Amino acid sequence: MAKFKKKTKTEENIPTSALPDIIFMLLFFFMVTTVLREQELLVSQKLPEASQLQKLEKKSLISYLFIGKPKNTGVYGTEPRIQANDALITTNDILLWVNQEKDKLSEAERDQITISLKADREVKMGPIADIQFELREADARKILYASVGKNK
Amino acid sequence: MARKKNRMSQEVNAGSMADIAFLLLIFFLVTTTIASDKGITNILPPKQDPNVPPPDIQKNERNIFKILINSNDQLLVEDDFRDNTEGLDEEIKAFVLNFGSPDQANIDLYNSLPPSLKAQAGRDPESSDHPNEAVVSIKTNRGTSYELYLEVLDLVKKAYFEIYAERVGLNADEYRTLSNRSAAEKELLERGKENIPMAISIAEPDKSGGE
Repeated sequence: MAKFKKKTKTEENIPTSALPDIIFMLLFFFMVTTVLREQELLVSQKLPEASQLQKLEKKSLISYLFIGKPKNTGVYGTEPRIQANDALITTNDILLWVNQEKDKLSEAERDQITISLKADREVKMGPIADIQFELREADARKILYASVGKNK
Repeated sequence: MARKKNRMSQEVNAGSMADIAFLLLIFFLVTTTIASDKGITNILPPKQDPNVPPPDIQKNERNIFKILINSNDQLLVEDDFRDNTEGLDEEIKAFVLNFGSPDQANIDLYNSLPPSLKAQAGRDPESSDHPNEAVVSIKTNRGTSYELYLEVLDLVKKAYFEIYAERVGLNADEYRTLSNRSAAEKELLERGKENIPMAISIAEPDKSGGE
């Protein structure tokens, strides 16, 4: 049998000088593509699935309403609640909230405000209908039922 | 006088640079969520003026495709009971493209459609007259689950998007990603939905049945 000759030691280590660059590239990718979660969710969120998703073009026009069972059921009970910004609100507060959100936009864009309803899939149509009625009153008629893509 | 240090190492030690970058990378990976502003769009009707009574709309029964969902998540589609949504999109497509008794403008519309869509015109006198008259109505109960409501709305949208996409020779996924920004894409969008309005009526849920 032929003996395997040990290779001569020319280069011992892999050059790692480019490693920081690669890692930085990844880092920048994640920094650019992601947004920090600016608010803590007080309600449970498991978005429903749908296949006909459309993407909204202007993010600054979107305001979010979260609807779902409160996480802290000891304090807030188990009935679905609405969260806007950082606090839980009732349906009566929606009118005020929409007007506050509209004030943040410029004059020309005010009627284009879009409300993204991030409702949990366990929610019933009752609360959703109440919210939609209030949004009609507030004249914020463009809404988006936030949902995730269906895996087929 | 300050002496120049003897040059032991010329470069800054960059060996731990990767570790620092890794640390930052992991921080961002953990703290961030990729924003997803995707969903089903809908436009609510304008608010009702209490002084003006709601307009009394006379519409033939045959021009309305009725979907009722009760609090037990059972469906009543065109007065037929069913407990799943299978095949609903195909039925809506057939309903919209029925062309039961089109007027002159809609005969022109029919002639402008590609052959694959023409073939779907059932010409059933019991179904819709023409796409401009056809309305899909969804009525829920307060106890209906949001998930099922969205599933039905999704299927109705799917039926319309498939018609639009077929008119301009795309598939539904490509049509949905068209944006208003570029003129060429906007033209395709407009051509797809021209004269076939997406008429989805969402009625106020009724209050009977438990929540």
